[in-house]
Amino acid sequence: MSNHLKDIILKIWRQNGPQDSGHFETYKVDEISDEASFLEMLDYLNEQLITDGKEAIVFDHDCREGICGTCSLMINGQAHGPERSTATCQLHMRKFSSGAEIVIEPWRAAAFPIIKDLMVDRSAFDRIIESGGFITSITGGAPDANLIPIPKPVADSAMDSAECIGCGACVAACPNGAANLFTSAKIAHLNLLPQGQAERYKRAESMIEKMDEYFGSCTNHGECEAACPKEISIDVIALANADYRKAKLKNRKFISRI
Amino acid sequence: MSTQLNSKIPAGPLGDKWSSYKEDVKLVNPNNKRKFKVIVVGTGLAGASAAATLAELGYQVDAFTFHDSPRRAHSIAAQGGINAAKNYQGDGDSVHRLFHDTIKGGDFRAREANVHRLAEVSVNIIDQMVAQGVPFAREYGGLLDNRSFGGAQVSRTFYARGQTGQQLLLGAYQQLARQIGLGGVRLFNRTELVDVVTVEGRAAGIVVRDLTTGEVTSHAAHAVVLATGGYGNAFFLSTNAMSCNVTAAWRAHRKGAYFANPCYTQIHPTCIPQSDEFQSKLTLMSESLRNDGRVWVPKNPDEKRGAAEIPEEDRDYYLERLYPSYGNLAPRDISSRAAKRAVDKGLGVGPLKNGVYLDFADAIARLGKDVVKERYGNLFDMYERIAGENPYDMPMRMYPASHYTMGGLWVDYELMTSIPGLYAAGEANFSDHGANRLGASALMQGLADGYFVLPYTIGNYLAPMLNKAIPSVDHPEFKAAELAARERFTGYLNIGGTRSPDWFHREVGKIIWDYCGMERTEQGLEKALSELPALYDEFKKDLRVTGSGESLNQTLEKAGRVDDFFQLGMLMCRDALERQESCGGHFRSEYQTEEGEALRDDDKFCHVAAWEWSGDPMTAKRNVEELEFENVHLATRSYK
Ligand SMILES: Cc1cc2nc3c(=O)[nH]c(=O)nc-3n(C[C@H](O)[C@H](O)[C@H](O)COP(=O)(O)OP(=O)(O)OC[C@H]3O[C@@H](n4cnc5c(N)ncnc54)[C@H](O)[C@@H]3O)c2cc1C
Ligand code: SF4
Ligand code: FES
Repeated sequence: MSNHLKDIILKIWRQNGPQDSGHFETYKVDEISDEASFLEMLDYLNEQLITDGKEAIVFDHDCREGICGTCSLMINGQAHGPERSTATCQLHMRKFSSGAEIVIEPWRAAAFPIIKDLMVDRSAFDRIIESGGFITSITGGAPDANLIPIPKPVADSAMDSAECIGCGACVAACPNGAANLFTSAKIAHLNLLPQGQAERYKRAESMIEKMDEYFGSCTNHGECEAACPKEISIDVIALANADYRKAKLKNRKFISRI
Repeated sequence: MSTQLNSKIPAGPLGDKWSSYKEDVKLVNPNNKRKFKVIVVGTGLAGASAAATLAELGYQVDAFTFHDSPRRAHSIAAQGGINAAKNYQGDGDSVHRLFHDTIKGGDFRAREANVHRLAEVSVNIIDQMVAQGVPFAREYGGLLDNRSFGGAQVSRTFYARGQTGQQLLLGAYQQLARQIGLGGVRLFNRTELVDVVTVEGRAAGIVVRDLTTGEVTSHAAHAVVLATGGYGNAFFLSTNAMSCNVTAAWRAHRKGAYFANPCYTQIHPTCIPQSDEFQSKLTLMSESLRNDGRVWVPKNPDEKRGAAEIPEEDRDYYLERLYPSYGNLAPRDISSRAAKRAVDKGLGVGPLKNGVYLDFADAIARLGKDVVKERYGNLFDMYERIAGENPYDMPMRMYPASHYTMGGLWVDYELMTSIPGLYAAGEANFSDHGANRLGASALMQGLADGYFVLPYTIGNYLAPMLNKAIPSVDHPEFKAAELAARERFTGYLNIGGTRSPDWFHREVGKIIWDYCGMERTEQGLEKALSELPALYDEFKKDLRVTGSGESLNQTLEKAGRVDDFFQLGMLMCRDALERQESCGGHFRSEYQTEEGEALRDDDKFCHVAAWEWSGDPMTAKRNVEELEFENVHLATRSYK
C-alpha cells in the first residue's frame, strides 16, 4: 500500500518569459502519496496555486512514459533527477522522503533559451536533424525491405543509438553545453546501417557543423552519458568524430579506401 | 430525412479498386504543384508522412503542431508494432487475409474498399520505413523478424524492440526534417489550431494560436489536412499523452465536417491499474506481452496468498478457457470485458483488487530469462519503475484503460471530410477499423494515409483549381473566426470561477467512463446525457484560469481542450444510445449473446453514423452511410 510523504519543500525557478531575469520561489507540499510521480506532485501543486488564484508553474511534459522526450527538469542539480536512466516523468516520489528539499530548475544552456518558468526552447536540435539527420529516400521508390539483409548485431547497435529521445539532458548536464551525444547518436544510428552509407560522410559533416553553430564544444567530461535517460553510450561520439575527420579529406574519392 | 453520404468508392472488383482509382485520378503537372499550398495539421505518423511526401512531390506545405518538435507527437509512444501483409514468415499471410482479419476484428463495421486498400499498401510501408533507416528487429540471418498480435493467427507484426512507434515516427520525422531543411515545408511548432475556416462551403484555411505568445492568426491554403490524432483523453484517464485532445477535429465538426461513430472507443486490456487519486494518466503495457504472458485471476475472491503460492488448480486462466483457439491473444474488446468481469466478480488482484495477473513464469521457464529480457526488457523495466514490482519475479498486474478511438471525422474513400478540401488522416478519421481496431494496425493506417493515399487523392481535388484565386486571410470569414477565437480564450480568463480546467476534465471524464466506457446501458447513457450538460453549464460559470492570454499559459490551453471534450462527450453518449446493438468496442449490456458476447443487429445498424453539427451536440443530426459487404460474409465474430 502507498505511504504518504509529508512537508516537501520545493524551490522552483519562475521566469515570466524569455526577457525576464527570473528567480526562485519556495513552495510547500504538505502531503503526497509516494505512488505519485514527480510530475503528478507538480500537478498537485499547480492545482493548489490555481485555487489560491496564482499562476500555475509552466513545465514541459507529454507522454509521461519516458519516450517523447518532452519532460526536462533539473532536479537538485541533476538533469532528470536522481534516478539513473530515468526521464523526469518516470521518476516517482518513492525516491524521496518526508521533509525533503528539492530544487527544480529548467535546462540551462545557451542554445536552449527559457520560454517560461521551467520550459525551454530546444528547436536547435531540430535544426541539426534538418541539416542531415535522415536518409534521402523519397516516398514510393523503396526496394523490398528484405532485399538487404542486415546482420542482427548491426541492426541492434543502430537501434541502441536510435533510442535517443531528444530530451536535451546531455546538453543540460554538460559544463560546456555541448550537444555531441545527441548529434552523434543520430549519426551513429544512420551511419551504421547499410541504407545510410551513401550519405555517411556528408551527414557527419553537415550535422556536426550545424551543431557547432548552436552548441558548445565537447571536452570529454562524460556528464552527458551519466545524465542520459536512454543510456546512449559516449562511444557514439568517437564514431561520429571519426566519420567527421574522414569527411574532411580534401579528396572525397579517397574516403572509401580508409 | 438524413443526408445521403457519398463515400465515392470506385467501381470494380475489390482488389482492383485502388489501382483503377490511381489510373483515373487527375494529376497536377510537376511544375504546377508549387502553385498549391497545402496545410497539414499534426506531425504524428499520419501528418509527418503526408507533409514530407506532399513536399517531395512539389507542393508548398505548411505543417503545424502544438508540440515543440514534430518528433514529440503521440505516435512516439506506440510500443508493440506495425502490421503488414508481407508473408515473410511464410505462414499463409496475404493481402486478403489482412483485409479479412481487419474487417472481422472491426466487427463488420468498416468499409470494405478502404480496408482492402490499407492491406494492399501495408507492404509498401515496411519497404519505405526500412529505406528511411528504421532499425526493425531482425533474425540472425539478417532478415526482418515478426511477432503476432491479437486477432490474428499469423505473424505479421514488424517491431523495433518495444519502441516501434518511436522508430517509425523518427523515420517519418527525419523525412519531414529533410523537407524543412530544403524549404519544401514550413514548420509552425508550438502552434495550435483553434478553428477551421470555410468559404463558400470549401476549406479555406485555419486559425491558429501561438502558444508562446497567445497571438491568434490565420493561414490560407488550397487544401487542409487534419492529422491530429484521437480523442481518448475524453475519459481523462487514458494511455494517451497528456496533451492529446479533440480540438482540431471538433472545431472542424462545428464548421460542417461530420463526426462518425464517436462511441467507438477502444479500451486496451493491458494497462497498469490506477494506484491513487492523483493519477494523471495510465500506462499501457504492449499487447505483444500477451504473446508470452498468461492472463489469470485466482478462483477464490478471498484469496490471500501471493501469486507464486497460488497452485495451478486455484487459478483461472480465463482467456485460455473461454477462447481456446486465440487464448491470451483474443482481441482487445473481448479481453478487456473479460478482465472487467473478473474484477467485478471480486476476483481482482493487487492492493486495490483492481487488476488481473499477466504472468511470465511459464515463458521464463520455457525460453529462459535472457530471451524474455531480449523481447520485453524495456517494458519490464518500465513496469517496475511505475508499479515498484519486478515482473521477472512476480506477475504484472493489469487492467483495461482507454487507449484508442476508432470514431473520428467522417471521410470518403479519398479521405476527404464532408467539407470539400478538408481531409482527415490517421487516428483523427474514422475510416478503417470499424468498431474495434486490431493491435499494430493504427501505425499501419497512419502511414498508409500519409504516404500512400493522400498524395494521390489530394491531387484529384487540386487539379481543377489550377490558377484559380483562393480566399486570402483578409476574407471576412477568416476575420470572424479570428475574432471568435480571441473572444473564446479571453472568455475563459474572465469567468473568474473557482475550479481549474483539470478539475472539470477529471469530472467529465469520470461521467464518460462510467456510462460510456467498457459497458453501456440505456439507463446509464440517459443519466450521462442529463449530467453532462449540467456540468458543462457549471464549467461555463465556475471555471478559473489564472495567468494571462499574452504569454505561455498551459491552464488556458487546457481550458479550450476541456471545453471541446465536454461537447464531444455528449455526442459520444448520444451515439452510444442510438446504436441499439453491441459491436466491437461498443458494448450495450442489453444486446449480448447468452455467452455474454457482443450481439450485432445487422438489419438495423450495419451502417456508419455520421453526426452533423446543429449548434449544440445535444441536438446534432444523425446521418447514416450504409455499409455493404460484397466480399466477406457477415458472421458473428468468434475467437473460440
Ligand atoms: C500507449 C500507446 C501505444 C500504442 N501502441 C500501438 C502499437 O503498438 N501499434 C499500433 O499500430 N498503434 C499503437 N497505438 C496507436 C497509435 O500510436 C496511434 O493511433 C497513432 O500513432 C496516431 O497517429 P496520428 O498520426 O494519427 O496522431 P498523433 O501521433 O497523435 O499526432 C497528432 C499530431 O497532431 C498535432 N495536433 C493535434 N491537435 C492539434 C491542434 N489543435 N493544433 C495543432 N496540432 C495539433 C499534435 O501536435 C501531433 O503532432 C498506441 C497508442 C498508445 C496510446
Ligand atoms: S542523447 Fe540521451 S540525454 Fe541526449 S537528447 Fe538523446 S536521450 Fe536525451
Ligand atoms: S513526458 Fe515524455 S519523456 Fe517524459
